[in-house]
Amino acid sequence: MAPILDVRDLRVEFPTRRGTLTALDGVSFAIEPGEVLGVVGESGAGKSMTGAAIIGLLEPPGRIAGGQILLNGRRIDNLPHEQMRRIRGREIGAIFQDPLTTLNPLYTVGDQLIETMQTHLDLSGGEARQRAIGWLEMVGIPAAAQRVDSYPHEFSGGMRQRVVIALALCAEPKLVVADEPTTALDVSIQAQIIALLKRLAREKGTAMMLVTHDMGVIAETADRVAVMYAGRIAEIGPVREVVKDPRHPYSTGLMASIPPLDRRVEHLAQIDGAMPRLSAIPPGCAFNPRCPHVFDRCRVERPELLETGATRAACWLYDPASEKQAPEALRHG
Amino acid sequence: MFAFIVSRVLQAVPVMLAVALISFAMFAYVGDPVAIMLGQDFTEAQRAALVSDLGLDQPFFVQFLRFIGNAAQGEFGLSYRLSRPVAELIGERAPATLELAFCAAIIALVAGVAMGVYTGLYRNSWLSRLLLTVSLIGVSLPPFLVGILLILVFSVWLGWLPSFGRGEVVQLGWWSTGFLTWSGIKALILPSVTLGLFQLTLIMRLVRAEMLEVLRTDYIKFARARGLGNRAVHFGHALRNTLVPVITIAGLQLGGIIAFAIVTETVFQWPGMGLLFIQSVSAADIPVMAAYLVLIALVFVTINLVVDLLYYAVDPRLRIGRAVARGR
Ligand SMILES: Nc1ncnc2c1ncn2[C@@H]1O[C@H](COP(=O)(O)OP(=O)(O)OP(=O)(O)O)[C@@H](O)[C@H]1O
Ligand code: SF4
Ligand SMILES: [Mg+2]
Repeated sequence: MAPILDVRDLRVEFPTRRGTLTALDGVSFAIEPGEVLGVVGESGAGKSMTGAAIIGLLEPPGRIAGGQILLNGRRIDNLPHEQMRRIRGREIGAIFQDPLTTLNPLYTVGDQLIETMQTHLDLSGGEARQRAIGWLEMVGIPAAAQRVDSYPHEFSGGMRQRVVIALALCAEPKLVVADEPTTALDVSIQAQIIALLKRLAREKGTAMMLVTHDMGVIAETADRVAVMYAGRIAEIGPVREVVKDPRHPYSTGLMASIPPLDRRVEHLAQIDGAMPRLSAIPPGCAFNPRCPHVFDRCRVERPELLETGATRAACWLYDPASEKQAPEALRHG
Repeated sequence: MFAFIVSRVLQAVPVMLAVALISFAMFAYVGDPVAIMLGQDFTEAQRAALVSDLGLDQPFFVQFLRFIGNAAQGEFGLSYRLSRPVAELIGERAPATLELAFCAAIIALVAGVAMGVYTGLYRNSWLSRLLLTVSLIGVSLPPFLVGILLILVFSVWLGWLPSFGRGEVVQLGWWSTGFLTWSGIKALILPSVTLGLFQLTLIMRLVRAEMLEVLRTDYIKFARARGLGNRAVHFGHALRNTLVPVITIAGLQLGGIIAFAIVTETVFQWPGMGLLFIQSVSAADIPVMAAYLVLIALVFVTINLVVDLLYYAVDPRLRIGRAVARGR
């Protein structure tokens, strides 16, 4: 099956006064129709940056400096603004982290839904309103026919995130980029929101890039997982393998330090040190200063994603030509 | 809604009473109206008659109550200087000031908001930089200097616009308007630009700062992520969210326009209330000064009320009563 999203060798740069920072470097992955790709990694790894590049909303001066992004086989990374605008919302939906700040406080939720649908679909005011009510019902808002005229501040956080989900899906995009959709919510509500997202994605056949710190959510929702480190993909593969049996030394550390519930992964219990700043990414493998398995080649050459059997990992231990090979412990969890 | 208006009006009452007290205190303690009105030669009987005429032999608070009662009916007595009813004097002068302030306010609001939006959206363009630099000059030059410079350029050098007065006015009932004649309109231009310039630059800078702030918010990013066009994002979502603080400041500034009118009216010899006030100050004409004070306070209080109502219209979060009634 042709992937719905195909990111190839994506590079994002931030020109600054003290030189150019490379926020994403050689990021490649694909998402199949209807598939959920989980994206994990420490804070600052470049997860949000990847999402922003895909929807064409990198904050200036950040820019795509290399690689390609293909949506349904069509390049979208170099489209003129107006064409990219028509893709946003219509072909790629976005869900942000904090539902308290993503809705415009001055408009009713109905107006915001109607506005979005009428931007992309050829609907009369009456039809759009009917559909807005339908969407609110679909995301589980009780008494939708009345609530359609309520303002965001009249809803709780969880209910607002349901509205945000309706807004992201209302023009029926085939891909949704969800950046930590539950991080800002009460723990008790997170599971409901994830279940809703999962159900809607399945019903509508929507593919999803799901950024989260919550390994529980990943295990339950994602089909495949990408682990990011310092603006690169460290490992990518089926969820069961990456979570239960990671091959990359960084993934191993990350999975071993899964915090209870949803706390952010700021520091890895198993691995000393911290992720390098963008201005100080070491040559070779970006993980080499912290890696317990590091050897000479890691400090010189940068590893590509290599086959490890079940997953692909950017680690020289999996190159048969390397002088050091992955120890048994890594190969089998 | 109705209850909201009533509560705001009630809040204004103490303010108005305080101002009334101050202007009444001027009567009681500044100068001696009796001496001023009697002139040089008078008998003790004349003096006593005048004192009881003016009610000056009554206790303080009786006098104050009577002052309020009269003020509420627009009755401020006779001008010491011109010996004519103050209400009549103010009634003659008010249209000139109000038309001037109205034009200045429109200029400040329309140009200020437009320029603020432009400089907020295109903050790196050369025009934005130019506007910002010029606006710095606008806020730092005192209005009288601006007025004199404008007169120098447009009246003296170019000879396009008159340097003083209202031009020809047309009488509509008791209201005299300069809007209906060409010379009246030309006469309005320089003074209203002078008067509005400071507020214009202030509003422009405020709108710009608010726009920059709002454009960074998540809901603007989300509006873009939903694929809305620039126009919808900039005007429908961003500008509207800047309005609440802008209304606050603009409201206060409009009050300021009427107060600042004193200077502009003096520079342009504009026959308005400000000029009347200045003339009254130099003649210690207390009744006119007191009336002017009360009137300005009334203007401020009214503007505040309008500002509150506008908030209510713009920002649904303030309509709390409704949200609670509906049950969250
Ligand atoms: N405007 C900018 N200029 C320079 N660097 C930036 C800018 N915005 C983000 N970055 C850097 O880009 C990197 C990637 O950030 P990103 O927000 O994608 O991280 P993330 O993986 O989403 O982290 P989190 O889990 O905290 O959301 C970070 O190191 C961040 O410091
Ligand atoms: S390439 Fe080397 S440093 Fe990088 S993860 Fe593999 S072993 Fe560690
Ligand atoms: Mg992020």
